[in-house]
Amino acid sequence: MSIVNAADHAANPAHLDTSTGLDNRKMAFWTFIGSECLLFGSLIATYLAYKGRSLVGPLPHAGRTLTGQQAEGILDIPLTSLSTFVLLMSSLGMVLALAAVQRADRKGAITWLFATAGLGLVFLGFQAYEFNHFYHAGLTLQTNLFGSTFFLLTGFHGAHVLVGVIYLGTLGMLAVKNQLGPERSMSVEIAGLYWHFVDVIWIVIFALVYLIK
Amino acid sequence: MKSRAKSSGYSPWKPAFGLALLTLLAGCGEDHLQTYPQTTFAPASDFARELDWLFKYTLVLGVLVGLFVFGLLGYIMWRFRYQPGNPEPEQVHGNARLELLWTFIPALILAAIAVPTVRSIFNTQREAPANALIVEVRGYQWWWEFRYAVNGGRDTVVTANEVHVAVGTPVQLRMTSGDVLHSFWVPQMGGKRDVIPNKVNTINFTPEEPGVYLGQCAEFCGDSHALMKMRLVAHEGDGFQRWLQNESEPAPAPRDSAVMLGKQLVTKGACAGCHTLRYGAAKDSATLGRTGPNLTHFGRRRTLAAGILENNAENLSKWLKNPPEVKPGALMPNLNLKDEEIRYIVAYLQTLQ
Amino acid sequence: MASTATVAAPHAPAAAPHTETGVWSWITTVDHKRIGILYFFSSIFYFLVGGIEALFIRTQLIVPENNFISADLYNQMFTQHALTMIFLALMPLTAAFFNYIVPLQIGARDVAFPRLNALSYWVYFFGGLMLLFAAVTKMAPNVGWFAYAPITERQYNPGPNVDFYVLGLQIVGLSSILAGINFIVTILNMRAPGMRLMRMPIFTWMVLITQVLIVTAMAVFTIAITQLMFDRMFGTTFFDPARGGDPLVWQHLFWMFGHPEVYILIIPIFGMISEVIPTFSRKPLFGYNVMVFASVLIGWLGWGVWSHHMFAVGLGPIADAFFALSTMLIAIPTGIKIFNWIGTMWGGSIRFTTSMLFAVAFIAMFTLGGISGVMHSVAPSDLQQTDTYFVVAHIHYVFFGGTVLGLFAGIYFWFPKLFGRLMDEKLGKIHWVGTMVGMNLAFFPMHYLGMYGQPRRTFTYPGDLGWNWMNLMSTLGAYLLALVTGVFVWNVIRSARKGAIAGDNPWGAATLEWSIPSPPPVYNFREIPIVHSRMPLWEEDASKEPGIPHGKVAEDVNAITVGGTQVGEMEYPDAESKMSAHDLGIHLPPPSYWPIILAFGILLVFGSLIFRNLDGALHNLWYLSVAGVLLVAVSIFKWAFEPGH
Repeated sequence: MSIVNAADHAANPAHLDTSTGLDNRKMAFWTFIGSECLLFGSLIATYLAYKGRSLVGPLPHAGRTLTGQQAEGILDIPLTSLSTFVLLMSSLGMVLALAAVQRADRKGAITWLFATAGLGLVFLGFQAYEFNHFYHAGLTLQTNLFGSTFFLLTGFHGAHVLVGVIYLGTLGMLAVKNQLGPERSMSVEIAGLYWHFVDVIWIVIFALVYLIK
Repeated sequence: MKSRAKSSGYSPWKPAFGLALLTLLAGCGEDHLQTYPQTTFAPASDFARELDWLFKYTLVLGVLVGLFVFGLLGYIMWRFRYQPGNPEPEQVHGNARLELLWTFIPALILAAIAVPTVRSIFNTQREAPANALIVEVRGYQWWWEFRYAVNGGRDTVVTANEVHVAVGTPVQLRMTSGDVLHSFWVPQMGGKRDVIPNKVNTINFTPEEPGVYLGQCAEFCGDSHALMKMRLVAHEGDGFQRWLQNESEPAPAPRDSAVMLGKQLVTKGACAGCHTLRYGAAKDSATLGRTGPNLTHFGRRRTLAAGILENNAENLSKWLKNPPEVKPGALMPNLNLKDEEIRYIVAYLQTLQ
Repeated sequence: MASTATVAAPHAPAAAPHTETGVWSWITTVDHKRIGILYFFSSIFYFLVGGIEALFIRTQLIVPENNFISADLYNQMFTQHALTMIFLALMPLTAAFFNYIVPLQIGARDVAFPRLNALSYWVYFFGGLMLLFAAVTKMAPNVGWFAYAPITERQYNPGPNVDFYVLGLQIVGLSSILAGINFIVTILNMRAPGMRLMRMPIFTWMVLITQVLIVTAMAVFTIAITQLMFDRMFGTTFFDPARGGDPLVWQHLFWMFGHPEVYILIIPIFGMISEVIPTFSRKPLFGYNVMVFASVLIGWLGWGVWSHHMFAVGLGPIADAFFALSTMLIAIPTGIKIFNWIGTMWGGSIRFTTSMLFAVAFIAMFTLGGISGVMHSVAPSDLQQTDTYFVVAHIHYVFFGGTVLGLFAGIYFWFPKLFGRLMDEKLGKIHWVGTMVGMNLAFFPMHYLGMYGQPRRTFTYPGDLGWNWMNLMSTLGAYLLALVTGVFVWNVIRSARKGAIAGDNPWGAATLEWSIPSPPPVYNFREIPIVHSRMPLWEEDASKEPGIPHGKVAEDVNAITVGGTQVGEMEYPDAESKMSAHDLGIHLPPPSYWPIILAFGILLVFGSLIFRNLDGALHNLWYLSVAGVLLVAVSIFKWAFEPGH
């Protein structure tokens, strides 16, 4: 650090340069994501620890319960593949939204922010349908270990998507009100970090819960 | 100022540590067991002996390390205390060689501990020998159930709070829980092992001395965790076989009228909802209850209420009067028995030899 | 500091005028120093509460077959004692120092997110109140702080006790995670120019490691208690053996948090001791680099040893061997630290202030706790020790002999910086002697009790097992500790108002917090310093600066160790430091009431769940949860768009 930097500070006293050069909020978010990894990690670990140990069905994939009964597989992999694709596409929307904000393209920002949030909503719609279907097929939180671990894990993820949708919607409203210029692109970048993280976690969940038998 | 710090601060532990060693060295005789009947320092099985040796071995190393650190600390506090006119200390920032030294020496000491540790871990968790006596253990809030297979596995002897074994015969305890976590611990027979629902844990040991050993639950299990005790009886000669033979007999029939009345109260009353007594062959039980201890040979047990009271008429009456008062949270409720009824029940239970 | 660069603005932006005094100013404060003081007094309060709980336990055990309290109340007391001490007293007390000292040590004006910092405090405040409420209404958790399944399930524990555990710790844990994120960013990003990572004061380094452990370990615990909460409130099957649940899953999750938690409580103390010992030995810390790396290693290995709490559960010989060896491995970096502190004292000129006495006592007592720790790592013989009073002795040598003694060292050391006045040395030495005698009397006999067969968490014991006199000694030790803690509290209260004026740097310490007035002005540093070395106030160029001692204390400061009244240079804050930030043109974030409102919303969300199933009748206060969620949502939006931040 030198006097030159100090002069910069003088011009903009509220924003001291950081020691690492990384924006405070961004670093906080990375740390937060680190913490989130362990939250999801613990949920996934519990799911895996209890895999194949349910006493009664339904099970994720057709097979036997621990007590030896034959049980139906309940997961609809093609359907969830579709919702996974939707969520992946939303990450693309997020990238485009950030690019639009950075080049002060207000219209693009509005379009892509709402598109991303909208795709998130579609994903949540799929999840609501899936939960409802499972409920009617006799799988609830209370049914067996699979139900408990599955609903808590995917529900926790769904809650993250919901928060993300609200987050992106708020940013979209700011853009509508013309308050989301390039000077605030950091806010969008952080929202993007969050959104991509939620996406990546879903891919892990999809692979471990849905694809691996 | 310096010397005051030394004398006042370090007085409590130095004698205490000396005391520690002395007590330990003197701690293995009969006196010790008389004073501390539940001690870990009077091993009476191969398992307990191995642990005892390992503990003392580590303790000696630990005490040596402790004395070295304390001695060094004491010396430094005296030698390098501030005195008016001290020159400014030399500003040393570290010394790579020294730091390597006190990385390697502790590592060596730890290696000296690690080798016997790992050896013992595998040693104490070996498969049980083929001739081992197998006892199934169930922990309940707040009592123990022990089951023995008899007649070539066709019948089962069920008893409570008193586990019987034979000196010189290897024992394997196969343990699980009927409710929450417990932990089986008879210190003189060796280390504890948790008793966990949905899991069968084992301990193997060979009793080496005859006697009655104290034990108790070591994993917190609710209100009366402190009162969940047991006895381990190690028989000499054919004592164990005789005990087992007696246990596999049906409950003795009543011989006089008071006892008869007692039997009726037990089998027709509230008791039967929870307690089992065996009347016919070992297979068919006269009553259905399985939530409380099996009472078939209750009168022979040394203690009642999971090892907290001596088994005599007075204590039994006290227990029947109001179990939760003796044992907070006990699942056996106050049955509001009349004094007369209690007398009959006590009379009957005492005949169950 | 040979040179300094001003980073102050030539003119201040239109910041809201500060309310400097009154309750409202404390409620809305975002100043890290005030939040530090809030943490300080709150945690001292809970330290006393936890102590009273300990006295209940020890009084019940003073004689065999005692009826002082019931079995259930006893179980509540030992559970609550642990929860209070760990989550409401010791962690927040370290947080008090993180808050107050870390920004000063790194030459910053505040933490990275001042409002988030206030939020952390208020969330802790409400979570603490909730657990305190449970204790005084006799509805406190009664299953031990480790809350082993399945006794925590609704069928074994129908009352609200475990709900308080789950929800209270959920709240307190949230506070720790938020603070952790904040301090990681603060330490990495807000360092004064020139303060490279390896120039950071050692305390700051230890705080950084601690915070990394907090944001990771607390996350695991959050999930464990969420699963337990779902079991109890929504009938899931996670830990219900009747439906296939495995109690060991809880144990693994709990100890994956629980073991790093031990390091969360001790690593900051390593840092404090590493500031105190060099200062009073007049020598730099011996082997700074190794100290840093050893602690990073301890933090890292701390993640790989959790199952040494589970040697008795039957994991099999391979797992037992692995965890025994990994646990022994941790003793190596810990040993390095002990010898490096000893190396720091070697050849020094040691002044035995109360702070230094506590630091030396820490080394001795922590060594004892470490030795019994290594004995626990010997898995087979641990089977005799685990769940007995031997372990109670071990954890108290680590937590009391380690964390608490270290915190006392830190309090006597930094108190002058917090309050501008020195703590009374005479009372301090009475406190020290009493604490040393009391703790060894209370905890040393427990080693024997354990080996003589007394299991822990037992509310009563028969008189014929030889445990009587050792329990009596232990209880008397606890009473003595209570007494001297009273002396300590009196010393704090009295010295904060009447103690001798401390001046900027009463101990002649080396780090940046001692270069500014005590207590520091609201903006900390009028000019952000430029750092050239690890010990800016001790190194060559510092000596050129008048008023800052060069590795030496003025002779008359020594008077304080004899308990005299005349101390140091009676440096009164100069007129300039009385100037407000506004006068100096330094921008500081304005106070905000959203942190406390948001924290209250969080309390509503969780608190309302407690009463779902109270007294058998369904007192479902779901509308309070909804109100809480709305309050949280509104606060977050108001927060995000609050002007001036």
